[in-house]
Amino acid sequence: MLARTRTFAIQGIDAVPVDVEIDIHRGLPAFSLVGLPDPAVRESRERVRAAIVNSGFEFPLKRITASLAPADLRKAGPGFDLAIAAAILCASEQIPVEPLELWWLAGELALDGSIRSLPGVLAMAERAALSGSGIAVAAANAGEAGLVEGAVVASLRSLSDLAALARGELEPLPPAPPSVPPAAVDLPDMADLRGQAALRNALEVAAAGGHGLLVTGPPGAGKSLAARRLPSILPPLTRAEAIEVTRIASVAGRPPPDGTLCGRPFRAPHHTISPAGLVGGGSPPRAGEITLAHRGVLFLDELGEFGRTALEALRQPLEEGFVTIARARGTVTMPARFQIVAAANPCPCGHGEDSPRCRCRPDQIRAFEARLSGALADRFDLSIAVDQPTAEELAGDPGESSAAIAARVAEARERAASRLGPGRANASMTEPELTLHAEPDDEGSEALAAGHASFGLSGRGWSRVLKVARTCADLDGSDAVGRRHIDRALSMRRRTKE
Amino acid sequence: MSRGACPSCLSRALLLSGLAAHIEKSVDGRAGERARDLLALSDEELAAAVAPNRAGQALGKARDRAAHDTVLAALEATGCWSTCPHAPSFPAAFAALGASGPRALFGAGARIGLTTLDPGRAATIVGSRRAGPYGREVAHELARLLAGAGIDVISGMALGVDSAAHEGALAGGGRTVAILGAGAERPYPRSRRHLYERIRTGGMAISELPPGSPTFRWMFPARNRLMAALAEVTVVVEAAERSGSLITAEMAIESGRQVGAVPGPVNSWRSSGCNKLLAEGAAVIRDARDVLELLLGPGASMTVEGGRNLDEREREALEAVEGGAATAGAVAVATGLESGMVQAALGALERAGYVRSGPTGRYSRTALGHPG
Repeated sequence: MLARTRTFAIQGIDAVPVDVEIDIHRGLPAFSLVGLPDPAVRESRERVRAAIVNSGFEFPLKRITASLAPADLRKAGPGFDLAIAAAILCASEQIPVEPLELWWLAGELALDGSIRSLPGVLAMAERAALSGSGIAVAAANAGEAGLVEGAVVASLRSLSDLAALARGELEPLPPAPPSVPPAAVDLPDMADLRGQAALRNALEVAAAGGHGLLVTGPPGAGKSLAARRLPSILPPLTRAEAIEVTRIASVAGRPPPDGTLCGRPFRAPHHTISPAGLVGGGSPPRAGEITLAHRGVLFLDELGEFGRTALEALRQPLEEGFVTIARARGTVTMPARFQIVAAANPCPCGHGEDSPRCRCRPDQIRAFEARLSGALADRFDLSIAVDQPTAEELAGDPGESSAAIAARVAEARERAASRLGPGRANASMTEPELTLHAEPDDEGSEALAAGHASFGLSGRGWSRVLKVARTCADLDGSDAVGRRHIDRALSMRRRTKE
Repeated sequence: MSRGACPSCLSRALLLSGLAAHIEKSVDGRAGERARDLLALSDEELAAAVAPNRAGQALGKARDRAAHDTVLAALEATGCWSTCPHAPSFPAAFAALGASGPRALFGAGARIGLTTLDPGRAATIVGSRRAGPYGREVAHELARLLAGAGIDVISGMALGVDSAAHEGALAGGGRTVAILGAGAERPYPRSRRHLYERIRTGGMAISELPPGSPTFRWMFPARNRLMAALAEVTVVVEAAERSGSLITAEMAIESGRQVGAVPGPVNSWRSSGCNKLLAEGAAVIRDARDVLELLLGPGASMTVEGGRNLDEREREALEAVEGGAATAGAVAVATGLESGMVQAALGALERAGYVRSGPTGRYSRTALGHPG
């Protein structure tokens, strides 16, 4: 007897349909599984056998062949358990076949027949909704699947529920009301950053224009503290963006609590991370930190310590907003549109060359600076130096809260979007757009020309200064880019040899 | 082509090069004095003192090589010249060193310049290899303005103050002379090779040692005596208490020259050597004018550069940077100004040349004078 059920495999952050075919023949009892299964999939056989028996069904003592199609796609993980068990029950005529043809099935089986949750269910539910069929998942996954508009979701606690579904005795869940992305209230607040006016300012400019920011300063200056507060001043995600982020989190096995949506992610990989860990890789291809940071912030602490290959791998995604991982069987593309913030010490000992406490040798300092300036030199529109906060600053009033800053940022972003198009920020301006929107007024142009000799900036360097000046003008509510905005942008420029 | 160094002086130079390792062993710690004493000895005495078992061999070898023109061929190949006290082009300034003066000199750059080296129109600028932004800035500006006033800038092409001084002199359109511890035909340290090339064009690189000499530590304080002798004034810009540049200052005093020092923050280890010199009576050097007064007598004037006028906020921000604030945040705290205004002020100040920012974005004051 032959039976077939449908399920999904996760590739990158997408759900790919997989057919489970079961063939049961007379012969010596055996259970073989084909379709490039990984060890977890091979172990499905044990889980399925125990689950079926413990749910009160019969496990056919015949020759069983399971095929997971397409045959040349590597299968990984325990997510096929449910579909395999269902197909066996159908093939052995213990549950009716036709009703299950309307359902995608996804879940891991426990030995007692109960159904366990899986990563990536949101992606699966999206695909299911597109196909017009419903999806049956573990109860723990049902809330997540329900986030998808138009999804028909059946919540199963055990194989008995599956049988009920097949017999038409189980109703799908009612559609959930569309949920809202979480408010910024739960994020770390800028009020925690005391003093450090220039750093707060730089964060505000970075948020308003989507500019990459490099903060250089001694340990204890608050660089990491500040970076972690950037998500709280960024505008809230749109629903579509929130679904995107939640989908990625779900695939990574880190979904938010049942039925809620994620806010902007904040990722801070350690500097020992490999290129594959940073941008994605492995076989089957898995999302890297930049995809986990999609629509959010990627924070690189100790920028100079990151491996050069890892940083080079960031270049293209920073430019394009996605990453492509090529494999023999085809390419996998994953989104990676993030804002980058990095922190670095000013010299190997951390104090900075001009401090009396610095004892670094000149060659150590030069080598350190060379490493730092080679690291994504042209990706940071903003670069500022900070000191450790003084005692007065720490004892003083808390700074402005995120809510107030976020309001200004949102307004500035709106001005930019009205010029460039929805969702676009100043950092992404092309040269023609710069000419159109960021030309300084007379005073500003004078300032630029005067600065030309002093600064030795390349053409690209000047473009970056203009982008930042445009953002400063937006924050000021000014249509024109004036001398003040140019000067501010100059004081925050990235100073490297290009 | 006029005469180079005579065979006897050439042989002396080759002896120094050949016995370099032995001299290093003999010098043991007090490099300044010992090296100078050894260099005052005759060839035979020197060989006997540092390599008693091989003296005869070493002497013979040096004389052979001098006779066989191999050195001269090497000189020609690298575009270098040689001279010695027996030649008319030898700088008279070295007579001040007496018995420990150099014999053969090897050099790169326009040889004719040797005849115009006048200690009364030259200043030696030395300082720490580990100088910070302050030391480098001051050395650069001193050299630049002195060179602009027609004063030769002498230094040792080391990292830090020396390099900044050479750069400044070249930027000022004047002449600079580098006295090298190794041979004159190649840059040492190697990282200075671009500077070395420009010094060859805009001045001279001179050494007491023949091309191809190995490099030993005793050669550096040894060359310091040459630097001290070539200029009437030696200025120490930024030196810690144990800096080799203090040896140069000592040698200047012993040769009857004048010593000046640039003061620095009293809590900075970088300036502790300079401040000590000042406490012991060295002349205070605040700017190029102070150096010119030492060289040319009181009242030596020169135009001092000033920049454009500043508005109220820019002035306050500039004062904050002068007071040690190196970041926008620190300037904001010092002035109480709003951070956006501080950033704009710093950008404007940097445009106008009053401050400069390093690779990490930390600000420091340049030597550009206040307007009016």
